[in-house]
Amino acid sequence: MNSFGFEIQKDNTIEYDKNDLSLAAFVLRHEPSLYNCIQCGSCSGTCPASAISSYQFRKMQLLMRRGETKHLREDVAHCMLCGKCILVCPRGVNTRNVIRQIRIALNMN
Amino acid sequence: MRALKKEVVIIGGGPAGLEAADSLNKLGHAVTILEKEGKPGGKLSNWHKLFPDNVSADGILKQMVHKISGDIQLITNVKITKISREGTKHSVWFNEGKCIQAEAVLVAVGFDLFNASLKEEYGYGIYDNVITSAELESMFTGQKSLATVTGKTPERIAFIHCVGSRDEKVGFRHCSSMCCVTGVKQAIEIKKRLPAAEVMMFYMDLRMHGRFYEDLYLEAQEKHHIQFIRGRLSESSENPDGSLLLKADDTLAGSPIKVKADLMVLLLGFVPTDFHRKMGEEFGVEIGSDGFFSPCDAHLDTNSVKTNGIFVAGACTGAKSLEYTLADARSASLKIHEFLLQTTSANILN
Ligand code: SF4
Ligand code: SF4
Ligand code: SF4
Repeated sequence: MNSFGFEIQKDNTIEYDKNDLSLAAFVLRHEPSLYNCIQCGSCSGTCPASAISSYQFRKMQLLMRRGETKHLREDVAHCMLCGKCILVCPRGVNTRNVIRQIRIALNMN
Repeated sequence: MRALKKEVVIIGGGPAGLEAADSLNKLGHAVTILEKEGKPGGKLSNWHKLFPDNVSADGILKQMVHKISGDIQLITNVKITKISREGTKHSVWFNEGKCIQAEAVLVAVGFDLFNASLKEEYGYGIYDNVITSAELESMFTGQKSLATVTGKTPERIAFIHCVGSRDEKVGFRHCSSMCCVTGVKQAIEIKKRLPAAEVMMFYMDLRMHGRFYEDLYLEAQEKHHIQFIRGRLSESSENPDGSLLLKADDTLAGSPIKVKADLMVLLLGFVPTDFHRKMGEEFGVEIGSDGFFSPCDAHLDTNSVKTNGIFVAGACTGAKSLEYTLADARSASLKIHEFLLQTTSANILN
């Protein structure tokens, strides 16, 4: 038999209607400045944790807001709350409190 | 119809002031332009070519200055100290006690370019090979050579969008609206002069909103292979050889990116001038959240302010291309003309 190398691909679609958005709602309620994010990446470009891991504040919170929370716990564990991201954010997002709120929601404190 | 000749003072001899002077003169008024520099032209005098069609800025300016003759008086090196009003007459005071009176004053003071050293993490004024879009234009006009400080031909040039714009941290939230297209125009010009150079743009959103601007964007990709990286520059540092190390989040790739560049060009935003603040504080002219003048009505009356007899035109009410600046100046001229006709008929009736 020939092998054509087909295999079942993992579906990459964000199932927005099926995803649970309650965690995002909690975080946004406690830190509404996150609504103002423009996905510029200043935070993740300057973040010392992003330089040494796959964690990125920008991507992490965007995925969270789409209900994609699978890696959230390990992601936020990388953050050292150094605050560099707050210093550069052009929209004044309180990034550190966003992380704090996620940790509270996930009982990580 | 009665002959109507009124005095109008225009503050600012840049494109808006020059165009309005010409229009008002043709409408029969006596116009005086007060210019702070030694010659008219404003920021246009330092520009090389204009987007989107690459016409010479100098050529356009010469045509505009050519019209300033005859009845139009141009006073240069002016420092305005005070504006006061009595009845329908405005007095504009300048240069230690000199005064000129007019029935209407047109404020056409334009804008300032953002002071790039305020954005410390980008290293302007600290690292020699970080330059501004204005400095790059002077390289194009030949006042400086298109090279690094050590005289080397740059192999890679990075443009940084939104410097001093869309940034709460430096106090300017507004989009300056003209720097995206300026950057793309400049990137293409670099590739024409240095075909071997690699050029990349660090942007958050490309706002190529004017007619034919999108064509420039396509030309940049298609003909010149300019790279567009979606991410705001986070910081830059200097390598031992004087080149720069740029750090950003390549947001579409979803990973942080580090890139070396020989030259980094900061696309400076348009910010309000000191005169804006002064007019706001001393003369009650309304100022918007961006620091620029707010006209009476953002749709129906873009050239009047609440203070009677004072008018505004050009980029002093927010960033505009040359095309819109000139159209706005002609619109202001008509508005002033209508105002002067009204005050005359009111005087006749009295
Ligand atoms: S506070 Fe956390 S997310 Fe922000 S820069 Fe520091 S490590 Fe990165
Ligand atoms: S720096 Fe601020 S606006 Fe930019 S991606 Fe990060 S949180 Fe969003
Ligand atoms: S025009 Fe482009 S570079 Fe200028 S502020 Fe707006 S988005 Fe930024």
